[in-house]
Amino acid sequence: MRVEMRINGSPVSADVEPRLLLVQFIRDVAGLKGTNIGCDTTSCGACTVLLDGRSVKSCTLLAAQADGASVTTIEGLAPDGASDPASLHPVQRAFHEHHGLQCGYCTPGMVMAVTSLIAEAEEPLDEAAVREGLEGNLCRCTGYHNIVEAALAAAREAGVAAGPVAAEGEGARP
Amino acid sequence: MIPAAFDYERASSLEEALSLLAEHGDEAKLLAGGHSLLPLMKLRLATPSVLVDLGRLEELAYVRDEGERLAIGSLTTHHDLSRNALVRRHLPVLAHVAGQIGDPQVRHRGTIGGSLAHGDAASDLPAVVLALGGTLVAEGRRGRREIEASEFHEGFLETALSFDEVLVEIRLRKPAHTGFGFEKLTKRAQDWAIVGAVAARRDDLPGGVGVALVNMAPVPVRAVSVESALADGVPIAEAAQHADAEADPSADINASVAYRRHLSHVLVRRALEKALS
Repeated sequence: MRVEMRINGSPVSADVEPRLLLVQFIRDVAGLKGTNIGCDTTSCGACTVLLDGRSVKSCTLLAAQADGASVTTIEGLAPDGASDPASLHPVQRAFHEHHGLQCGYCTPGMVMAVTSLIAEAEEPLDEAAVREGLEGNLCRCTGYHNIVEAALAAAREAGVAAGPVAAEGEGARP
Repeated sequence: MIPAAFDYERASSLEEALSLLAEHGDEAKLLAGGHSLLPLMKLRLATPSVLVDLGRLEELAYVRDEGERLAIGSLTTHHDLSRNALVRRHLPVLAHVAGQIGDPQVRHRGTIGGSLAHGDAASDLPAVVLALGGTLVAEGRRGRREIEASEFHEGFLETALSFDEVLVEIRLRKPAHTGFGFEKLTKRAQDWAIVGAVAARRDDLPGGVGVALVNMAPVPVRAVSVESALADGVPIAEAAQHADAEADPSADINASVAYRRHLSHVLVRRALEKALS
């Protein structure tokens, strides 16, 4: 069947089997390998992308369900996709500055989940809200501390963080 | 993991969905958010030959105030239920429970109708709708019919829906007092409840509160004995001891039958204390 969607603003279309998953469409059809497959069972969140602005686990959608939709992956967050830290998306920059990763495998999904969490925050995010908001994203390296710090820093920059502003560099422990 | 091959049909209207169901018979499965069905298909525990995707039927995603009750479209997502102003005001128990299912990504896709129609007794929303005494509306080619929540779940993953019907709406009375308690024990974030309990204030019951259990039988269980003990003026702690009277729990890797029964007493007591405080 014909499936057509916009990924990071660019139209992508292909004839695919109905059983093709969205994550396979993103990685194998569109060739965007930034979205990782972790557990493949809706648990780990490594494959999180934005579907019409909302975080979803792309291993648990058919590509057909995203037909006509707008998908954002990690490659689409920074305006020009540059690797220069200065041009990163604010959430990416927060992960960079607060060292919110170790091996990096969960990072694309974490960044997309944090982006969605901030975008739909109804009230200022505190640490508990960030930790609950990231329930669907597993990290086996960091113990989450710096991921939470990064998310709170990004929330502060977006004007949706609760509590006092952390001192410069706080939380960026190795 | 790759599901077994199937044909995919996207319904652009409820009418078209009903025609597709009539055409394909019980070979077809309805797809809403897909967060119960697709994992089963990836494990090949479900191998439908046709999927009829309802996901684009905006006409079934709504919350309406109908005076004495709220009418909720079956394709309303958990996320939207948890954020809806009408649901928060009149049925905060539903907003609360919908807002803690799975994780944000799951709540963006999962729907109340999908959760009910999938019929997993370990899911939270069926117990909430049961505790609230909801009415479910099914539409088929011969018209609409109403099914009481207490009649809807018939067995493990079995519901009263016929293969050619679509669950279109959930109707819930608006109680004057909206106190509730919801308690569930899980080993890890995101997990299904090992046991869950919901207590919700209701004006139409002599005891003033509806009580239901998650994962205490192949179907969601209404704790009628607890409700009638409360109606007889029995104190909460004592009434909660009847929590498992209607239950038929099974043992699994997480809990024995005896432990599940014990949990139901404790969780019902806590839920009642919150609902009636």
